[in-house]
Amino acid sequence: MTVGDIVQALELTVYCGKKGLERRVTGGYVSDLLSDVMGHADTGQVWVTLQTHKNVMAIASLKDLAAVILVTGHKPDENTAHQSEEEAIPVLGTHMSAFDVTGKLYELINK
Amino acid sequence: MRIVVPGRVETHILSGMTERMHFEHNIVGGDFTRAGYASSQVKKALKTLDVDMAIIKRTVVATYEAEVNVVAHACNGMMIVDIDGSTIQVVIQDEGPGIEDVEQAMVEGFSTASSEVREMGFGAGMGLSNMKKNADSLHIESEPGKGTKVEILMALDGREEVRSKK
Repeated sequence: MTVGDIVQALELTVYCGKKGLERRVTGGYVSDLLSDVMGHADTGQVWVTLQTHKNVMAIASLKDLAAVILVTGHKPDENTAHQSEEEAIPVLGTHMSAFDVTGKLYELINK
Repeated sequence: MRIVVPGRVETHILSGMTERMHFEHNIVGGDFTRAGYASSQVKKALKTLDVDMAIIKRTVVATYEAEVNVVAHACNGMMIVDIDGSTIQVVIQDEGPGIEDVEQAMVEGFSTASSEVREMGFGAGMGLSNMKKNADSLHIESEPGKGTKVEILMALDGREEVRSKK
């Protein structure tokens, strides 16, 4: 499954990093604590969060994450979007809560 | 003593890589927009040297946490990286408030981060334990009022060797 497949299935907004829509997704991680993601997320996972600042992209890049999903209508900061383009790691968005989008994502990935 | 068998070509098999690399990066205290930059440079360098991906991942977790601590707490700092055939050594040193009680700081959940830093999702008191879990060897020296020096060692040819040097 690719990031693009998830965008389509969950009707997510693609804010930036379109070049990364072909990235393969291996799973997901949900957290708003950056050290938690640093310590526990793994390569190819989609990160569900409400954090919108640039450090999100630093972590996504260092951990080789597939994409970031911002919940409850949050939008990426300008410099977050810029780095997303540079790293080709998409930042996606939804109006769903972290609970709802994660439930759908879990079902989709483990289908 | 080395015995050379006549007629047989003597070969030197070097374990791991033979290249040495040294580089340094500034870390600016308080500048969160650049937090992670030094660690991303370390990652790039290790990839270039074809270091095992599992080792790169652990190294980067440890260096990132150390880098963020400098940004969140100190005035300014340096990340000094030395890589040789067997070890990656990363020293992160800063001029800053230092750590009063390193043992207490190592306890997961303990944090002195400001509320602004916590709102960004940092300062959950997980940084030092992430460093400890991922580094093969971690050494922290700190002088309150002056600064902190963190040394992270990663073994390239087997984790146990460096661990036993602790």
